[in-house]
Amino acid sequence: MKKRLICAAMVVTALTFGGSAMADSARDYISIVGSSTVYPFATVVAEQLGKTTDYKTPKIESTGSGGGFKLFCAGVGVQHPDITNASRRMKSSECKMCGENGVKDIVEVKVGYDGIVIGNSNKVEPMKLTRRDLFLALAKQVPNPDGSDSLVDNPYKTWKDVNPQLPAIKIEVLGPPPTSGTRDAFVELAMEAGAKNFGFIKDMKKADKKKYKAVCHTIREDGAYIEAGENDNLIVQKLDANPDAFGIFGFSFLDQNTDKIQGSFVDGVQPTFEGIADGSYPVSRPLFFYVKKAHADVIPGMKAYLQEFSSEKAWGEDGYLSEKGMIPMPTDERAKFSGDIKAMKTLSCDDL
Amino acid sequence: MSDNLTSSIDRHSNTDIVQKGLSKRYNAERRFKFYGIAAICASLMFLGVLFISIASNGYGALFQTHILLSVSFDSDILGGEDLKRANYQGVIKNSLLKMFPEVKSRREKKSLYSLVSSGAAFKIRNILIENPDFVGQTMDVWVPADDDTDMLIKGYMKRDVPESERRLNNRQIEWIESLEKEGRVEKKFNLAFFTAGDSREPELAGIWGATCGSFFTMIITLFLSFPIGVASALYLEEFAPKNRWTDIIEVNINNLAAVPSIVFGLLGLAVFLNFFGMPRSAPLVGGLVLTLMTLPTIIIASRAALKSVPPSIREAALGVGASKMQTVIHHVLPLAMPGMLTGTIIGMAQALGETAPLLMIGMVAFIVDIPGGITDPSTVLPVQIFLWADSPERGFLERTSAAIMVLLTFLVLMNALAVMLRKKFEKRW
Repeated sequence: MKKRLICAAMVVTALTFGGSAMADSARDYISIVGSSTVYPFATVVAEQLGKTTDYKTPKIESTGSGGGFKLFCAGVGVQHPDITNASRRMKSSECKMCGENGVKDIVEVKVGYDGIVIGNSNKVEPMKLTRRDLFLALAKQVPNPDGSDSLVDNPYKTWKDVNPQLPAIKIEVLGPPPTSGTRDAFVELAMEAGAKNFGFIKDMKKADKKKYKAVCHTIREDGAYIEAGENDNLIVQKLDANPDAFGIFGFSFLDQNTDKIQGSFVDGVQPTFEGIADGSYPVSRPLFFYVKKAHADVIPGMKAYLQEFSSEKAWGEDGYLSEKGMIPMPTDERAKFSGDIKAMKTLSCDDL
Repeated sequence: MSDNLTSSIDRHSNTDIVQKGLSKRYNAERRFKFYGIAAICASLMFLGVLFISIASNGYGALFQTHILLSVSFDSDILGGEDLKRANYQGVIKNSLLKMFPEVKSRREKKSLYSLVSSGAAFKIRNILIENPDFVGQTMDVWVPADDDTDMLIKGYMKRDVPESERRLNNRQIEWIESLEKEGRVEKKFNLAFFTAGDSREPELAGIWGATCGSFFTMIITLFLSFPIGVASALYLEEFAPKNRWTDIIEVNINNLAAVPSIVFGLLGLAVFLNFFGMPRSAPLVGGLVLTLMTLPTIIIASRAALKSVPPSIREAALGVGASKMQTVIHHVLPLAMPGMLTGTIIGMAQALGETAPLLMIGMVAFIVDIPGGITDPSTVLPVQIFLWADSPERGFLERTSAAIMVLLTFLVLMNALAVMLRKKFEKRW
């Protein structure tokens, strides 16, 4: 009896190992990886596809933009993902890595925009910030306050120190860690742009690009900027509890929590749907996904997924993605990218 | 005489000293007991606060607001013969417009439609596909409300704050209130939560997909780790010679038990996915990785169970002429089995709550379809909790807590089973 039990266990083991080898040969669902910012939108489209067609619902992993490209570029074949989402454009180094692994034909699709919000509890007045203020308040090294062209460790303790028009509240900003795409976009769109207000930093770009990047992109580490993890819900809860604190998060979280938090003005514009859509709100970034052309005809449902994503009822002005907080592209851009999808126009690494 | 005197004085003073110190020692003991009780009370209080906060947050998710719509399956609106692809969204919109005929502008229509969940169309689709002869008829159907409506009815969204500070506008609240007056709004038991897969709409999201994924993963883990763990424990404890090699193996097993679980995930990525080419996000790979993680726990527990079988049993069996193997299989193993099972169940409970190693092998993913086997893409309960906790929609907050309640129930059940097995089969010598 005992022997038979052991035999049975061995058979099960053998079967599971044997089964795995066979499972590899085909895949009847789309596999998507990539940015956690695009994840909430891609999942809605995937769910629609699964419910309205006979195709299986695509599987979507949230790996971050960089992690997504790594998996996507690993090769062609069913064990590799078909699509990767990204909250920034593909880098030419990533495109080259793809090419080396045989992933030659990639279709680039821009899906819409996302705003990055600097928000606080709506129990207090909204702040009117500029990108210059954000750079001075959050950078590790800032121009010497005495006006000379040198950098000192950030001495500012309150917002009033940064800009006399701002209230005398301690600088306390909760934001994402360096692994996050939101953080990448924030330092680039807000801090780097703010740093360009200082002539000598701007000149540095030509002379010493590495140092320029380090100055613009390094956030202070003395406790004024608190890394709150990737969970934006947590940031929202902390802001609600502490009205003096500010948080950096994606627009969809502001959109869902208007009863608790508000977005600060940046360069005179508040982060609203309209403000981001027409480009007047400065801290916004495009969202992309990249498709492996070689998989388009092999994996069932790929064409249907692309069609669903690029349909007006999804990414259009009143589409269901806009209800989830994605900012749609202008009409002509939408037409361009849906044309690219139809023609499966591939990307050249030299364009990046 | 003088000797006697001094000794009696000595004795007297000794008891005096003892007497004097006695109350101090009693006090010390009392304080010590008090510290112990205080420690237990503190941990019970933390546990209580945790349970109460989770239960009070998650209780709401057991119910879902539904709206009663009188749906007319008009063949004009449905359009076409193919019932699978008919315009069900149009049917829902039409029945909402019939209820509020004053709504005319495009903007208003849109905000009216958004009171009802997008899942309503799928619900009436299923009704019609099951009963195709309903075409042309009108019937009352309870459809799920949108998560914003649900939050309002459950009182998470305040009605008296300025319009800009809530997600529903004044008109929408008027409509909901008039529906409430007609008795067309009701909170019903949230069956979808227990039968559906994941969804991006809180009102449609369920944990059945994750539960199935957890089940398949646990099956693989159990079938692999139990035989391997028990066999290695038996060999190491009963047959292996005691030498340097077995010492090294023992040290390594103890070390493995202390390795952070994410390391096993990295190993799984490198070995099972990249080298063996197994599918990503499959319970099969998840089970293999968790097997690696639970093996040391099972081996250590099984060895302890074998050690606790008294040597007299072995000697008696050998004495009446049983071979070494017969001794182990017929006498030692059955006596050690309850302890081994307890260790296994506790190891499995640990594996059930694990997310970190699964992150690496792609099981942290959005998966709607219910997995049907060990190679289908799937996720597990703790990962589902993690994903929901990260979602912007307010409705996912209570669903996160409800999913935690389900996971905790499974864990409590498994641990209770372990206690029961021990109570029932344990022998004391």
